[in-house]
Amino acid sequence: MSDLTDLYQAVILDHNKRPRNRGKLPVANRVASGDNPTCGDNCTVYLRLDGDRIAEICFEGAGCAISQASASLMTTQIKGRTVAEAEALFNAFKEIVTTGKAPDEISDLAAFAGVHAFPARIKCATLGWHAALDALRQPPSS
Amino acid sequence: MSLLSPALRFDFPALDQHVGGKPLVYLDNGATTQKPRSVIDALARFYERNNSNVHRGLHALSMRATDGFEAARARAAKFINAADSAEIVFTRGTTESVNLVAQSWGSANLRPGDIVLITEMEHHSNLVPWQQITRQTGATLKYVPVAGADAEHGLDLDALEKLLTPQVKLFAFTHLSNTLGILNDAARLCAKARAVGALTLIDAAQSIGHEPIDVQAIGCDFLAYSGHKMAGPTGIGVLYGKRALLDDMPPYQTGGGMISTVDWFESKWKPAPERFEAGTPNVADAIALHAAFDYLDGIGRPAISDHDHALAAQACTALSELPGIRILGPKTGKPRAGLVSFAFAAAHAHDIVTFADQDGIALRGGHHCNQPLMKKLGLPSTTRASFYVYNTPEEIAVLAASLRKILKFFA
Repeated sequence: MSDLTDLYQAVILDHNKRPRNRGKLPVANRVASGDNPTCGDNCTVYLRLDGDRIAEICFEGAGCAISQASASLMTTQIKGRTVAEAEALFNAFKEIVTTGKAPDEISDLAAFAGVHAFPARIKCATLGWHAALDALRQPPSS
Repeated sequence: MSLLSPALRFDFPALDQHVGGKPLVYLDNGATTQKPRSVIDALARFYERNNSNVHRGLHALSMRATDGFEAARARAAKFINAADSAEIVFTRGTTESVNLVAQSWGSANLRPGDIVLITEMEHHSNLVPWQQITRQTGATLKYVPVAGADAEHGLDLDALEKLLTPQVKLFAFTHLSNTLGILNDAARLCAKARAVGALTLIDAAQSIGHEPIDVQAIGCDFLAYSGHKMAGPTGIGVLYGKRALLDDMPPYQTGGGMISTVDWFESKWKPAPERFEAGTPNVADAIALHAAFDYLDGIGRPAISDHDHALAAQACTALSELPGIRILGPKTGKPRAGLVSFAFAAAHAHDIVTFADQDGIALRGGHHCNQPLMKKLGLPSTTRASFYVYNTPEEIAVLAASLRKILKFFA
């Protein structure tokens, strides 16, 4: 299973088992959901935007280890960042999961490099990110 | 219950390959079955020797193509014991067959106050077309509930009795649930519907290649299936309809091939089945489907049914020993048709399917086009192993070993 240990890195298994920032965020002012209609995976991202900065972020959802771990890791990576930084990070992440190559300065997200060998799973890895970016682009919800 | 000869495997060229360095274990037959050499050869032979359009040409190849196409229709009638080959309409598959009835029969017959009754275990293909036509006509869509796990997720027959009122114009139900592995008693359900004057439509997508089907004995009005789930090619399927009903229904699509006369502002239709086959039909795949009918009847459908049921029962027993497994449908040891879907709290279906693929095993993971049912059962997705004539008990052992490994990984 060498290919699979590339895919299911320790970081991914850890986030799948112990998701960070999981749950609703009562003080959220942005919410967006995404789903993958072919497999039924879904993810809802709640965040509180303070000016241009992501002050707090949580997610809920159900799906495979890749989608849930990716959403969990995503929350830890973009919390405290600006909208532009989050977008740049998502672009870098998409590059990682489609090419398998991670820039040196990116640490934990590089765990998803193995996804590129499983094209059917790229959508799983980007589900939470898409929801987060959708939330960031929305008008304030409260 | 006895198993078929493992030598049948050699009839299927696609099975003779390795995936990820392991011999292919193909357990995704509910999605589509592999094709025997005779079906592949029939398809190639048509294009190599007889390719031509049907019904219109007067030359030798066109006559050969027409003869082959109509012979396939007659064979399709015989396969389900239809009274008349005019009761066989060739379609793209189950989905188009159901849409044809919903749009053609539904638009002509459904009115506000009428009820279309379906069940909670329907595939989206026998659910969404009824949502659409009831919305368009003002009729009401109702569902026969699926019972809880204690009742093994079978149809709630007490609820059915209450739901079957004279307002029900059509009762559409699956013969074999693609998610639960339950084989419904089609003859009994049709008799109940008939008693209130309702027509019946059976979705036979999962059963057609696996179970003996006699439409006259069952007493259904319509029956829909796809060729590719019964060892035939993709892109061809059948709508069976009682002749008197088909002859009364308006066209579904219009154009060439389905008209008797066309004037500038008015046209007249041919009788069924041509009325429902506008445009050049899928001649090649109909002819290849003929070879699939012959192949399956060469084995014998009662023998295929026994084989599939026996493998599913063995799989249930083997899988029920896995920690934390939840198996849908009939309990272990109870009769079930040839598929098993299951879920684990510890590992999601997609992770399981990806892992199993590394062991050369083809499984299906997801909602199986049963989103409302999965929601009701409280499951985002399940993994499904579905069996066919070429599967063996050894492959079930490979599956069980692979699942054990996966559960260890995610423990």
